[in-house]
Amino acid sequence: MTINETQDNIINDFSLFDEWDEKYGYIIELGKKLPQLNEEYKTDDYKIKGCQSQVWLHPYLQDGKIFFDGDSDAIIVKGLVSLLIKILSGHKPEEIANADLYFMEKIGMQQHLSITRSNGLASMVKQMKLYAIAYTTKLTS
Amino acid sequence: MEIKQDFVELKMKESATIFDIEKIRKDFPILHQNINGKPLVYLDNAASTQKPMSVINAISAYYMTINANIHRGIHTLSEKATTEYELTRATIRSFVNAKHTEEVIFTKGTTEAINLVAATYGRQNVKKGDEIIISALEHHSNMVPWQMLAGETGALLKIIPINDAGELIIEDYKKLLNKKTKLVSVAHASNTLGTINPIKEIIGLAHEHGAKVLIDGAQAAAHLIVDVQDFDADFYAFSSHKIYGPTGVGVLYGKKELLEAMPPYQGGGEMIKEVTYEGFTYNDLPYKFEAGTPNIADTIALKTAIDYINYWGKEAIRNYEHEILAYATRKLSAIKGLRIIGEAKEKVGIISFVLNGIHHQDAGIILDHEGIAVRTGHHCTQPLMGRYKISGTSRASFALYNTKEEVDILVDGINKVMRMFA
Repeated sequence: MTINETQDNIINDFSLFDEWDEKYGYIIELGKKLPQLNEEYKTDDYKIKGCQSQVWLHPYLQDGKIFFDGDSDAIIVKGLVSLLIKILSGHKPEEIANADLYFMEKIGMQQHLSITRSNGLASMVKQMKLYAIAYTTKLTS
Repeated sequence: MEIKQDFVELKMKESATIFDIEKIRKDFPILHQNINGKPLVYLDNAASTQKPMSVINAISAYYMTINANIHRGIHTLSEKATTEYELTRATIRSFVNAKHTEEVIFTKGTTEAINLVAATYGRQNVKKGDEIIISALEHHSNMVPWQMLAGETGALLKIIPINDAGELIIEDYKKLLNKKTKLVSVAHASNTLGTINPIKEIIGLAHEHGAKVLIDGAQAAAHLIVDVQDFDADFYAFSSHKIYGPTGVGVLYGKKELLEAMPPYQGGGEMIKEVTYEGFTYNDLPYKFEAGTPNIADTIALKTAIDYINYWGKEAIRNYEHEILAYATRKLSAIKGLRIIGEAKEKVGIISFVLNGIHHQDAGIILDHEGIAVRTGHHCTQPLMGRYKISGTSRASFALYNTKEEVDILVDGINKVMRMFA
């Protein structure tokens, strides 16, 4: 499935919810279901600094594709991390680097990417793309 | 005789002011709006208070009628602006009961006021091996400037510990004091825990050792009676935006003899008496510390905010807010899985709490969807969070326009959070 196909599926899933709390309830469930990141990666090297919640991101390359594991100490952010992983993990570096993540706006979660939320999620998206760019360079050199 | 009669009438009018919460709420236009489809419940007053219409009007009135640079101009507008600006200073003198008007220095806010003292009084008087004392519950604004000063001078920074309730342990404070203590800087009230510190006692003890004391009044000025002469405070700092005034203005009160002996803070216009190519002589108090064109409009409007507080009366405000705090404490304590952080006997209207197994950010997001504005995080008191072994709290802080109904909405909101993350 392409990045956009996964995004469209998620948008479709969210369109079933009428109320904001159902939407958040679903994200909370996703957050709870996301497997905890291996403790060895919960270090400053993998930490994405946010003001209030902490987010860890562990990328690795396999067969020319990037995979991500992630975690957060806040559940809503963790649920959104889970969605980002679902969308981007397992894709080629250049696909990730060029991805247009329109799903956040379509599912009404755009505000969590704003700078004032200071939850590290915006930095996480940036970091995922930076890894992708770095891996692209690594693979082509 | 006529004057006396007026005075009596005025006194009667003052005492007859009934604390009319409906009227008060009407005075704050921002409160009457929906957030995420729900009526706004604004409980982030420790971060910044809302402004009454009179303050908002004062800002536009200034720009519409008397805007001009102050202190220098000979023309009418400049004179009018200067008069109004200086009227705020006089109003603040009486608001904090300073002896002299020139003891009131305008700054950008509490943070700048503290930095001013650290950079001037601190650099001049604190030497290697000297000691500065702050407390465990200080805001970063009353911690970092002293860490910087200590780092620069080789002085030692000591911390007054707190007990589990969040009260300063005065016995330990006494042990920290000695002849090397140059400065003590503590909050009048804690922004995270709400604790009201016994500042009069703290100041008295410091003075016995010849140390000067700065009180960070950011969380107290809107809620508690401030009498710098009664406290015998050497410095007292607070911000306009936390006392229903505009942002970008703060006040540093300092004892005249101390301010006079201190070097200026920043160089520029206004703070000088005479400048030649070779050097300068600096201006008298308070202008010595007010380099450059100040925030004229907001400073003028600050007077209106103080008038507003005085209209209802500090004592009535304190009693009302205390009632709201007691009600909220009782209601929140009854929620299973909620733990209040900060249970001092004497508190301003601040309740910090943690919810069992729920990150404060998650709680804040859901409460925001319910129209409730609380603050979540470490509240710029990271070491204090460490003391309680938590990463942050949710904090509800009250002002004179909050109601018990709003506390009930908060309680419903917290219960919803508990259900959603269960």
